[in-house]
Amino acid sequence: MNIRIIPKIDIKKFNLVKGVHLEGLRVLGDPKNFADQYYREGADELIYHDVVASLYQQNNISDLVKRTSKNIFLPMVVGGGIDGIEQVEKILKSGADRIFINSSAIDKPNLIDDIVKHFGSSTLVVSIEFVNIDGKFMCRKDFGREETDKNLIDWAKETLDRGAGELLLTSIDRDGTGSGYDLRASEKIAKYIKSPYILNGGISSLKDIGDILDNSHPSGLAIGSVLHYNNLDSLFSKMGEEGNIDFIKKKTNYKNFKKITIKQIKEFIENKISHA
Amino acid sequence: MHDVSIIDYKMGNLYSVDCALKYVGVKSIITDDLTEIKNSKCIILPGVGAFPEAMKRLKEKKLDQAIKEFNESKKLIIGICLGMQILFSKSHENGTTNGLGLLKGEVKKFDVLDKEKQKQSFNVGWRTVEIKSNNGLNCCMPKKKDEQMYFIHSYHVVPEDYSIQTSTSKFFGNEFTSSVKKNNIEAFQFHPEKSRKEGLTIYKKLKEFL
Repeated sequence: MNIRIIPKIDIKKFNLVKGVHLEGLRVLGDPKNFADQYYREGADELIYHDVVASLYQQNNISDLVKRTSKNIFLPMVVGGGIDGIEQVEKILKSGADRIFINSSAIDKPNLIDDIVKHFGSSTLVVSIEFVNIDGKFMCRKDFGREETDKNLIDWAKETLDRGAGELLLTSIDRDGTGSGYDLRASEKIAKYIKSPYILNGGISSLKDIGDILDNSHPSGLAIGSVLHYNNLDSLFSKMGEEGNIDFIKKKTNYKNFKKITIKQIKEFIENKISHA
Repeated sequence: MHDVSIIDYKMGNLYSVDCALKYVGVKSIITDDLTEIKNSKCIILPGVGAFPEAMKRLKEKKLDQAIKEFNESKKLIIGICLGMQILFSKSHENGTTNGLGLLKGEVKKFDVLDKEKQKQSFNVGWRTVEIKSNNGLNCCMPKKKDEQMYFIHSYHVVPEDYSIQTSTSKFFGNEFTSSVKKNNIEAFQFHPEKSRKEGLTIYKKLKEFL
């Protein structure tokens, strides 16, 4: 089975943003420009994540999804702040193939069943963002801000039992750090989760990917920072007043991130799998 | 004036299909209007979701009859994903439901075992499409062995007559029908509109046919 390479584009208002541990979001530019670039590079799918929608209970990502559909012919998974059937319908109508939910699923798990009943399992991805506390993986909601009493594996299993088609599993500790996925987490995930899952958080090098494939079998890898930073010089644009752009102006050296292309990643995985 | 009607029965990603058609220069509309549909040169039946719900919605709007009548005119009918499945006789998704019956065969759930003997039923991702015959819209699809299209489904069609297969693909080693063609009907289990420029070759070919 092949592993999808999925650029993850986090959005705040109209900007692509990226933080560390889901915090300190920095504005990087127009998300559509980055999406165009990843389409050209050979991405297998795109994730759009409206990262403040959950916090402010709003959702204005549909226009971006519509614009993307006009010239990017790739599957799209869209989420952030979705807490009802009508929002799902609106986003799917804009050209998304699937949606993901996190906070609303934790608050009202029946929403998973509802979405599955209306749109089928294949439309629903459940996103789980977790922190590693001494080897215990605990889920957070509201983009990492709120603690919950749910642990990763039990919650993952519950969402799958309720009909989630795939999981998006984000290591908050590794998000934005470029230090690789939490391998203790991926090992545990591989042991207990037999349904398709996408791993997200910290993946920035071929070594990181090799490490993941040695201990787990993800259906996809979501990659953010390293791809965004690679393309900053050509794609950075100031989009409105919102956000912290000093980081870009100073051209801070993103020392954990070495240049890597989607093509290199795909070749690496193909090689690794064919020799396994 | 439009050439292609994308049948609007509120199931799945109609807008992406419309975008792909417009991108290659096909005049298309998304509609549930019976006259608009009748006056088209081609209809496309897209769809993502559950089979029984899809049939229910088609019947509610009398679209099932409209599609059958359109078929009698011998004009081109294209099915995509769930839209392919509902062209067949019946499906076993959540009980047994009759489909439109324009093609003979059944729609069954994937029940395959992976290497660890775990049951897998959800096929999502890029899969190689092996062309069996290419005398239709898929004639421009690259015949490279590693060419892939995007799939997302847990049910697949089992045609009564395998000669209608135009391609097959594999899910955990098990071969299934990934596209069919019979007379004026052509259908794809994968999503050409989500399969990069390789997928768009199908819509480009459609433009030539119109």
